[in-house]
Parts: sequence; structure tokens; C-alpha cells
Amino acid sequence: MAERNDILVVKGMKKYFPVQGSKDKFVRAIDGINFTLAQGETLGLVGESGSGKSTTAYNVIGMEEMTEGEVTFRGQDISMPLSKRPLALKKEIQIVFQDPGTSLNPQRTIYDILSLPLKIHKVCAPRDYVKYVAALMDLVELPYEYMYKYPATLGGGERQMVAIARALATAPSLIVLDEPTSALDVSVQAKIINTLLRLQKEMDLSYLFITHDLSLMRNMSDRVAIMYLGRIAEIAPTQSFFQNPQHPYTKMLLSSIPVVSEEEEQLKPTQIHSAGEIPSPVNVPTGCSFHTRCPFARDICREKDPEMVEFEAGHTVRCHFCQAGKGFVLGGES
Amino acid sequence: MTQENKNDFVVDVRNLHVSFRTFKGYTHVLNGVNLNVRKRERISIVGETGCGKTTTVYSIAQILAQNARIDSGEIYFNGRNVLTMPNKELKALRASGVSVIFQDPIASLNPVFTVGSQMKEVIRYSGVEGAGDKKVQEERTIAALKETHLPDPERIMNSYPFQLSGGMRQRICIAMSLSTPRDLVIADEPTTNLDVTIQDQVLKTLKQRVQEKESALILITHSLGVARQMADRIYVMYAGNMVETARSGDLFRRYCHPYTQGLMQCIPKLSGGGISEGIPGHLPNYMDPPPGCRFAPRCPYAVPECRQAQPPLYEIEPEHYVSCYRYRDQASGVMGEEV
Repeated sequence: MAERNDILVVKGMKKYFPVQGSKDKFVRAIDGINFTLAQGETLGLVGESGSGKSTTAYNVIGMEEMTEGEVTFRGQDISMPLSKRPLALKKEIQIVFQDPGTSLNPQRTIYDILSLPLKIHKVCAPRDYVKYVAALMDLVELPYEYMYKYPATLGGGERQMVAIARALATAPSLIVLDEPTSALDVSVQAKIINTLLRLQKEMDLSYLFITHDLSLMRNMSDRVAIMYLGRIAEIAPTQSFFQNPQHPYTKMLLSSIPVVSEEEEQLKPTQIHSAGEIPSPVNVPTGCSFHTRCPFARDICREKDPEMVEFEAGHTVRCHFCQAGKGFVLGGES
Repeated sequence: MTQENKNDFVVDVRNLHVSFRTFKGYTHVLNGVNLNVRKRERISIVGETGCGKTTTVYSIAQILAQNARIDSGEIYFNGRNVLTMPNKELKALRASGVSVIFQDPIASLNPVFTVGSQMKEVIRYSGVEGAGDKKVQEERTIAALKETHLPDPERIMNSYPFQLSGGMRQRICIAMSLSTPRDLVIADEPTTNLDVTIQDQVLKTLKQRVQEKESALILITHSLGVARQMADRIYVMYAGNMVETARSGDLFRRYCHPYTQGLMQCIPKLSGGGISEGIPGHLPNYMDPPPGCRFAPRCPYAVPECRQAQPPLYEIEPEHYVSCYRYRDQASGVMGEEV
């Protein structure tokens, strides 16, 4: 990781939502996160529901205005909300949503859906729309006769392919993928993931890939970030992450995954078992936000918020008991 | 699969055909399903959306939709044919014989009654000793909640479902279905909407409770990983057919049906190594399904024979059956080459 060509840099991003009927209470959806994304890289954001993964994505593309923090894209500040963002920037950053059933307009044909971004971003002359839409459909291997069909007549996987084609229409360099396959069957998921990987190679795309499926992450991402209650608990290159998970929460997640082979069973941490539920982001626990579920929690965890510690190059962990180079060591005990 | 007496099984489904009436005609969903569950056995039905998993188990509990039609077949519950049962017996079956845990607990729990009153109702109609006594109902409810590791059962009893988290709601459904003795528990994708750490906890609780209560379990899931963790025996289902069934360990060691193989290769592994291109094609149209093996149009190994008649179940090792004409080629390794 000598020279990173970061296209996206997120610094101290925070997003608080006000709680209705109370002035000093906030849902702390994101509570200060930092990460970078390089050209052609896939960064996976993993976490349970309520951990702030989707909010992070929406902040990056500007669907929501963040409370605090700074996001830069190719050195340009993009912390402003979408309405103030220049068109040229919107073109560069696209999103694919989780449920293609609701993200595609049911009253528009596939042609309408795919030509709208061409129109808005003036990608080509109107007489070339058909040609261009056909080229987009080629990219995701959809047959041309779908052009005049409506989303409802397509299967879930095909609809998601349309959503991907729509994101590609403006030739972006960064695509945010918000759980693009979690509503789909595994055989369909396999096709979508392979298409995404192929497109990434062909077009040098960067992906911010959000999912709750760690096994999928293993096969898709270059780097993985684990989110818990609006913060990043651990961020690491995929290889290091799966071979050497450090944060107790990461271990808990890994130990909970149902797997299909002995080989995978070996990779699951055994000394930790899943317990408890993610607390409400309105009342975030003091100190380390994970201490309520952590079997190793000590007094310091309840009082002091841990710093990010670099365990190995590029592998940082937010835990009091993680030491640089040594990893997870419980102080005072063997 | 029929050497054993039907009385050895809690459930024995034989050659079940079910279709649904629609505007355009009948959709032939179940196409000769065979399934059996022994006492205290945990089985799992694995398959993708729309393959008929839910229809199969709803037939057992006789809670199919109004437009469903059972064309042929037999379903035995503890040796008695469910399809010819009088209504009164069916009611008793649902009250004390079989219980169902549904996928979405927010839809299966009544939003306007407290958790406690809903749970007590189950006990009241279950026919256990002292079921009419309010004190017994209360005690049993608290015990059931405690046994599913729910903290503070008194508070939960007085809560409404929306006041509790998804994991807790699903645990309440488990507590409810096992608050009285049951011969069979059907869990229809109980953890699909839950996070992975919560899923792990709920599945462990379910397994433990079913073992303690000596019930049999049919777990429906689309995840082979969940099935491996939970079941003694697994049925793999495709388009209304059980294409392969084996003991859990055997299935993951040696999966023979081309569909099972395709499915296995699609699963992202924790150990990496990428995933396959997926299975090409779609589920067949149930209105007019292909005449032979329903997987033949998508199968890379299909031979003309496959398109003519549905393959029977071949036994390849004890309790391991596969519905494929080319199972011998698979066993000898010929099937690796496409035809």
C-alpha cells in the first residue's frame, strides 16, 4: 500500500438525526468516521442493521446533509448536500439501492429508466439514446427486447441489473452499492457479483460496497470496514481481516456466520459467542460502545472511548486491548 | 423410502401434488413431493424463492391459501391422514400437534394484544392439564419466556410486539410454539430478517428448545449454512420437487444433483476463492412446467431422457437419495464433462 491513489477521503463524518419531541436528544447514526477509497478499489462496509452503513452511503452521495465532517472526492470538497452539488460531480458518483422493486419507477419502461440519466447529464445526443441504452444493456447482459418492458415484468436479478446499468449510464468512477444482493437468491447474487467484478475491471471503477454478509465481503472486497453504532470498529485489507481479526465484535460476527464446509469452520473464532443486541443509537453506551456485549470488557472500556490503534500496516482497530504489532492482548491477565 | 412403517414418522408426505388456481388457470407447484420426519428429528428444506418450500409445510399444517388445490398424494401426521381428517381433528392437530413459526414475527403477532395475552391463548386451547386455569397459563408463559433466554419475562408479557426488537419477537414466537408439548415444530425462515449475530442466538435457542421438548423440527431456509448448522437431514428442493436428500454430513461431503452442485458453487465462502457464475436460466413457469425433470432446461448435463419423464429418487448411500437420471455418471465422475 505504498502509493494510494485515493479518490474518496472521508474525515470525521457525523450524522445526527433529531429525536422528535426532544431538543437535546439525537440519533447518532454516524459518530465520527474516517476512511479512504482508492481508484479501482472495493471497500466493504459491514455491520448490523442500525450501525450506520446506509447513512454513510447516503452522506457520500449527498442524499443527506451531514452534521459534521469533510468528504473529498479527487481533492474536491463534496460535503455539501445534493442540491448544491455541481452536476459534473453527481455524474461521477452513482448509487445502486438494495431493493430494485422500489428503486425503479414501475410506470416507466426500461428504456425510459436508462435514458433519463443520459438526458440529465447530456451524455449523448437524443438520437443516439437507443444506441447508448443498448450498449448499457450489453454491459449487464440484458437482452434488447427488455427495452420496452416494465420493471414489474422482470425478475429480481434482472431488475437489479437494470439498476446497475442505470448507475453506469453516466460513466461514473465511484459507485455506492447499498446491499445490492441482499434481497436476492444466491444463484442470482452470484451472477450480479460476477458482473460487478467484471465491470470494475473493465472500467476501473471504485466501489463502496455495503452489506451485512461477511462471506460475500471475503470474495468481493479489497478492504473491509466493520461498523458498530456509527463508528468503525476495525478496518483492514481483506486478507489480514479474515486471517487475523482483532476486535471482539469482528470475532463475534465471524463466529455467527453459518458456513458450509469444515475449511470455513476453521476460520471462525471459537473463544467468543454472539450475545446481546445492538443498543439504540439514541443512548450510545459510554466509553467503548461495544462494552455492553463484549465478553472481555473491563472498567476502562466502560469509562474511556478507545483510540484507533494500528495493528499492522493498514489494519486499524478501535479497542483498548489491541496493541500495535501484538494484536489483542488482555492487560493484567494471561 | 417406504420400507419403514408410516407410524415411525411424525410426518410422512407421499407423492404430493398441489396446484393453485389463478386467473390464467392452474399453476402446478408441487410435483410429487416425498418427505418424512422421524420423532425428535430435525430436518431442513433448502431451496430458492418460489420453489415450493412453504407450500409443502403449509400442506402439512393444512393452512394453505384458499385457491390451493391438493391434486393427489397423502400426508400422514402420526400415522393419520391429514387430508381425510374431519375438521374437529384438524383443529386439535393445530392446537396441540403442530406449531408454526413464521418468517415475519411482526406479521404473525397481533399488534393490538400484549405478548402475554397471546401466549396464554395458545396454552388455553392446547389441551394441556389445567389449561383453563389462569394461574397455570401465567406460570407456563413465564416459564416458556425464561426458557428462551428472554430477560425480564414479566415486563415482556405486558409489552406489545412493536415495543420489542426483531430478535426478541422471534424468540417470543419460539417460546409460544414450544410453551406446550408439540410433536412437530415448523419454522418458516425464522431468521431471514435478522442480523447474523441475532440469527445465531435465535437458531441456538430454537435448536435447544426443540431438543428439550423432544419435538421434531422442519426448518425452511434458503441458506445451506443454516441448514448445516441446524438439521440432521436436509432436503434440497427445486421447482416443486425434492431433488436431493441426505444426512447433513453426507450432503456436504458428496452432493450429486446438478442443482445442488450449482447452489453450492454460488455460495460465497468465508475462505474466499470467488464464486461461480450462478445458475443460468429461471425457475420454470408453473403454469406449463417442462414434462421431464424440471431442472433439465437449466441443467448443463441434461440428456434427452431428462426431458421425457421425471426421474425417480435413486438411493446412492443410506438415506441419500437423488432425483437425477445421471446420478451414476456423477458417482463415477463422468458428469464433470458437459454433454
